[in-house]
Amino acid sequence: MANILVIAEHDNAALKPATLNAVTAAGKIGGDIHILVAGKGAQAAADAAAKVAGVAKVLLADDAAYEHQLPEDVAPLVVSLAKSGYGHVLAGATSMGKNLLPRVAALLDVAAISDITGVASADTFERPIYAGNAIATVQSSDAVKIITVRTTAFETAAAEGGSAAVETVAGAGAASLSRFVSAELTKSERPELTAARVVVSGGRGMQSGENFPLLEALADKLGAAVGASRAAVDAGFVPNDYQVGQTGKIVAPELYIAVGISGAIQHLAGMKDSKVIVAINKDEEAPIFQVADYGLVADLFKAVPELTAELDKR
Amino acid sequence: MKILCAVKRVVDYNVKIRVKTDQSGVETSNVKFSMNPFDEIAVEEAVRLKEAGTATEIVVVSIGPAQAQETLRTALAMGADRAILVQTDVETQPLAVAKVLKALVEKEAPGLVILGKQAIDDDCNQTGQMLAALLGWGQGTFASKVVPADGKVTVTREIDGGLETVELALPAVVTADLRLNEPRYASLPNIMKAKKKPLETVTPDSLGVDVTPRLTTLKVTEPAKRKAGVKVADVAALVDKLKNEARVI
Ligand SMILES: Cc1cc2nc3c(=O)[nH]c(=O)nc-3n(C[C@H](O)[C@H](O)[C@H](O)COP(=O)(O)OP(=O)(O)OC[C@H]3O[C@@H](n4cnc5c(N)ncnc54)[C@H](O)[C@@H]3O)c2cc1C
Ligand SMILES: Nc1ncnc2c1ncn2[C@@H]1O[C@H](COP(=O)(O)O)[C@@H](O)[C@H]1O
Repeated sequence: MANILVIAEHDNAALKPATLNAVTAAGKIGGDIHILVAGKGAQAAADAAAKVAGVAKVLLADDAAYEHQLPEDVAPLVVSLAKSGYGHVLAGATSMGKNLLPRVAALLDVAAISDITGVASADTFERPIYAGNAIATVQSSDAVKIITVRTTAFETAAAEGGSAAVETVAGAGAASLSRFVSAELTKSERPELTAARVVVSGGRGMQSGENFPLLEALADKLGAAVGASRAAVDAGFVPNDYQVGQTGKIVAPELYIAVGISGAIQHLAGMKDSKVIVAINKDEEAPIFQVADYGLVADLFKAVPELTAELDKR
Repeated sequence: MKILCAVKRVVDYNVKIRVKTDQSGVETSNVKFSMNPFDEIAVEEAVRLKEAGTATEIVVVSIGPAQAQETLRTALAMGADRAILVQTDVETQPLAVAKVLKALVEKEAPGLVILGKQAIDDDCNQTGQMLAALLGWGQGTFASKVVPADGKVTVTREIDGGLETVELALPAVVTADLRLNEPRYASLPNIMKAKKKPLETVTPDSLGVDVTPRLTTLKVTEPAKRKAGVKVADVAALVDKLKNEARVI
């Protein structure tokens, strides 16, 4: 059985959880799992990768060119590793994985398989299409399978318990096609949206960004992350990285509370695998109620503060 | 600078699709089709760059069946100058589309190629990245701002943690995200004018590209359905349910 290469997502210091979901998916394929950490001064990330349960080897490519992991620079490295004998290359279906792996696939002249939600066998995978309204089972006959993994469909592998060796590999240098200029990252004390146990999301019904503190107060009571519909992001109520949906983030928390969100299919695509869904909407006909376990027909400006206060009483 | 845009004909985003009972795919007969919404954003950006004097000509390309002409006419009505239909009835997969686009890029020599970030039917989010790879160009994916100047393009990208800005050498590939712009509706006079704009039809063969799908779809099934829930009378009842029935708080 050929080995599997998982591309680590990291900030040079720590691993991002999406890496752990990809490791679990790799485990379902079968074969030794190696993790590639491409970065600059990324020894700490590599050491973290070596501790992940089920990982046989960590490859550390430490090169100034990989500081921001631009796909133009990292793809040639992954291509040369893939050619050295891997049957599968996996990454989380995050903005980083989606940016990198199709570039790798094209350089290898193979298909890429996006956003898998199931592994049927080493060459056959399930993936959602049409905003999750259909599930396609696809088979690949390519020598190397290039795959991104929907993180909500696979548990995270245990971050501790492994003791893989860290091996250094040479970098491929800079491609000089692109240059990192800056990043404007949203700061938040709350849990990360895709990893939170509870998510509270607001839609156009929130009316303005000034009203989001209402949801934040509720979120803080529940230890929740805050999300949003596209309409709320487009209107500038909250930053783009809050968007949940077909073309935003996919979440599947224990509890998802949709507030002032109508429930368009593109929004449902991002949250309908949540364990329990609550909808608060003043329109009893809103489609969100068709997927909600508990629906409350109410004015959110009254219901949300009441809910926060009720939780206080406990 | 010439700009090339790729536009895909897809089932309209408002259609609630149905899976065929024989599991061979989704029902596409008697269903409304339109331009992939992200591709409207791509075309709009090209038109704005032309209006700003940065772009000189906009060529739009679609790979698909004869009906994709309608999609191309829509792009022409929005302000594109010329259209190319690469006609094929096979399912177009991203690698094949990227190869077709590469062949056309080599003929047309654009300074910038703008695609949508994702086709809302296959939800692949691959083609732009693949095209950039095949051309050996830089890629500015999930763009919310595109500023070409001095042989470079600065692209602000929507990423998981917020925004990232990169600078790419031109020529480059950009893929459009939702916040890049708000596409215009074509006016009636422009729709009439678009009928007279040039639309050339070629085949993948004539470009020397094999578009045979690489992935075989074994079956297409319906996702698990959620059971309809209940309406609760008030906030107290909701909290009670969450605590004692669902046990999630
Ligand atoms: C290509 C494409 C991609 C898309 N991707 C996404 C995506 O990833 N994620 C996404 O979310 N959308 C996406 N959309 C947009 C989607 O189609 C909807 O337009 C969007 O989800 C609507 O957001 P909303 O529910 O907040 O707004 P609306 O549909 O306007 O709903 C607002 C709701 O708030 C309720 N409301 C108003 N006031 C109150 C009040 N005081 N109290 C209680 N309820 C109130 C109303 O009854 C209504 O139901 C996409 C669309 C396209 C075309
Ligand atoms: N058949 C096609 N014809 C024209 N453009 C396409 C086609 N398929 C994909 N594209 C372009 O590639 C983008 C991403 O598609 P995908 O990788 O399939 O999600 C789309 O938004 C289009 O701009």
